Amino acid sequence: MVNQIRAAIVFVVLMTLLTGILYPLAITGIAQALLPYQANGSLIIQNGKIIGSSLIGQAFTSDKYFYGRPSATTATDPNDATKTISAPYNAANSGGSNLGPTSQTLVDGIKGAAEKLHRDNSGPIPVDLVTASGSGLDPDITPAAAQFQIHRVAKARNLTDQQVVTLVSRYTESRALGIFGEPVVNVLKLNMALDNLNKQ
Amino acid sequence: MNTHDLSQFIVFAALVSVLAVPLGHYLMRVFTGQPIWLERVFGPLERLIYRLADVKVEEEHYWLNYAAALLIFNALGAGLLFLLLSYQNYLPWNPQQLPGLAPDLAFNVTVSFITNTNWQSYSGETTLSYFSQMVGLTVQNFLSAATGLAVAIALIRALTRREQHTLGNFYVDMTRTTLYVLLPIAFVVALVLIQQGVPENMHAYVTATTLEHATQTIPEGPVASQIAIKQIGTNGGGFFNANSAHPYENPTPLSNLIEMICIVLLPAALVISFGKMVGDRRQGRALMVSMTVLFLGSFLFCYLAEAHGNPAFTAFGVDQTISKQNPGGNMEGKEVRFGILNSTLWATLTTATSNGSVNAMHDSFTPLGGLVPLFNILLGEVIYGGVGCGLYGILIYVMITVFIAGLMVGRTPEYLGKKIEAREIKLAVLAMMLYPTCILGLGVASLLIPEALKSISNAGPHGLTQVIYTYASAAGNNGSAFAGFNANTFYQNIVIGIVILIGRFGIILPVLAIAGSLVTKKITPISNGTFPTHGPMFIILLTSIIILFGGLTYFPALALGPIAEQFSFSQPPTQP
Repeated sequence: MVNQIRAAIVFVVLMTLLTGILYPLAITGIAQALLPYQANGSLIIQNGKIIGSSLIGQAFTSDKYFYGRPSATTATDPNDATKTISAPYNAANSGGSNLGPTSQTLVDGIKGAAEKLHRDNSGPIPVDLVTASGSGLDPDITPAAAQFQIHRVAKARNLTDQQVVTLVSRYTESRALGIFGEPVVNVLKLNMALDNLNKQ
Repeated sequence: MNTHDLSQFIVFAALVSVLAVPLGHYLMRVFTGQPIWLERVFGPLERLIYRLADVKVEEEHYWLNYAAALLIFNALGAGLLFLLLSYQNYLPWNPQQLPGLAPDLAFNVTVSFITNTNWQSYSGETTLSYFSQMVGLTVQNFLSAATGLAVAIALIRALTRREQHTLGNFYVDMTRTTLYVLLPIAFVVALVLIQQGVPENMHAYVTATTLEHATQTIPEGPVASQIAIKQIGTNGGGFFNANSAHPYENPTPLSNLIEMICIVLLPAALVISFGKMVGDRRQGRALMVSMTVLFLGSFLFCYLAEAHGNPAFTAFGVDQTISKQNPGGNMEGKEVRFGILNSTLWATLTTATSNGSVNAMHDSFTPLGGLVPLFNILLGEVIYGGVGCGLYGILIYVMITVFIAGLMVGRTPEYLGKKIEAREIKLAVLAMMLYPTCILGLGVASLLIPEALKSISNAGPHGLTQVIYTYASAAGNNGSAFAGFNANTFYQNIVIGIVILIGRFGIILPVLAIAGSLVTKKITPISNGTFPTHGPMFIILLTSIIILFGGLTYFPALALGPIAEQFSFSQPPTQP
């Protein structure tokens, strides 16, 4: 029995060193040497300032920008630490709405979001524009959701619809290897390109 | 199913099949002590570990010794993890200066990770330091998977050995699993995931100034090294709160594909190793066919339910139809890059195995879409199953099946030439009774205790589904959740923790006891009267018994939960 316990202790220590320290540090070392951009979070840096990450969505509320998907992330209420408040695209606390399919809160939320979007475009709204993503940080929208917003964005920026259409199609990424996943438009990259277009 | 979705699924299934066969062969070599190429790399390390821990390779364990070694080892691992989590504020690699975990949460996380459950009562990025993530959780991601494999291997040995008494050496099985199976695969997968965009660093969280001039805090950390083993070891606990839906854990459709393959690869390969180790590949194939039938059925059901969308949205002019520009369907809680197919395929895989990671929020699935992951867990996660535990889980079903078949024809039931007698059946039934007792017993208790009721976030049938899902996930050591359920309360942390422990060791101990009893038996040669356990008759019988047990035991609860909710789900939308 004493022998067993001694063996177990040594074994736990050795395995912890191997899989908990050596393994992750080796991976970190290799990653930092070979793939520093990805290993450090695919950050977008402009003029020395971090704008965000190309993988992490941001909140866009201005008419000049394409909106991303609704986000159900929350933050601690600054006035009462036991409560949480809505804080869309709070990357420090990822998560979905976790509302059930028959929840009244869900249905009301969808209704509100749809009414807001219908002010810009009376057409059918692509479902991803009114539903919250699982992570609350979805960086993408569907090509349909981008098309839905083209006219509004063009008007707000004094651009022609065609200019924005061109930009959207340039930033539409097709399925990986032509097979996997869905076609997407990365909202942050698209909006940065819009800002650059106006500067020119 | 449109052609895009169908082709994605076919390529995925083909890749799994192509990889599982050689891996199954390789696993067999690892566990039967045959020479393997990696020994040239890790051989010296392996021998060093044995020398330092004073493990004698040739000294094999009786089932009780094997079980004792397993329990002592797990208890020590649990003690260490509990201390790390509780005092992480005194430990290094804590750039966000996160405080130690409260005792009830630390207990819950500890039992959850040592048992391969990886239930998340915590939110990774706001709760755990990098030291806790690496030295605490990553370690147990490896060791809990190795423990499961060790038990499965011991049971296979019991079926193949004639009139012996020992099941192998627990420490040798653990070491060889870790060095020759888990570490090398995790190493490669981690690097590929980093290439796809999963971070791996030790920096403090980054503060970004967004295009609209708001401040965004972006978490960092040694993510990829943990995600790799999280999927390979069917662990499933996330580095981040949103788990595999988080763009940093699962940034692209390709990372998603790799992670899905990893979820099911070892469980599928082990079934093939099983066939080889018992010297009759048809036995492995029979189990594989039963599993695949159940898998395809549940995946299709889930896919169709989610692709159909939520009829309540249609009234507000929301378009859920599938087109080239829009994958459509019920997108609440799902990510655009994954769409309906990858979200539902993942949901089926993660509950068919005991993985429990999620790339879409099950709580927001349609009633019938959410029923599928729940039902898979209730069946005992034997459709491929967790690393190790899936195989020993289905072997318990096999024993019940041959017993029932034996009763029907009036012969002593046999499996692989071993007589299945009263002792084995009693132990198998004991193991099988534990799940319903925990899920229905403690789950229902949860409904009677006001303190426990506070955790439910949705009213009506959906709230009941949340409770059943939580307790099923805990007992089945799955770890996925209807995450609206607030599990981080004192009551839930403790009770769920206890259910997790029962669900793990309450099964492992009877399985090892069965192994201990089977190993002593002789192998009777096949005769005319032997009920073949590789033919279509057996496959149909086994599949039906799995569904019957799950269906009959839980049907009343499911009728009041997801099925009742389906009836209150509004009328189907009119097609435009």
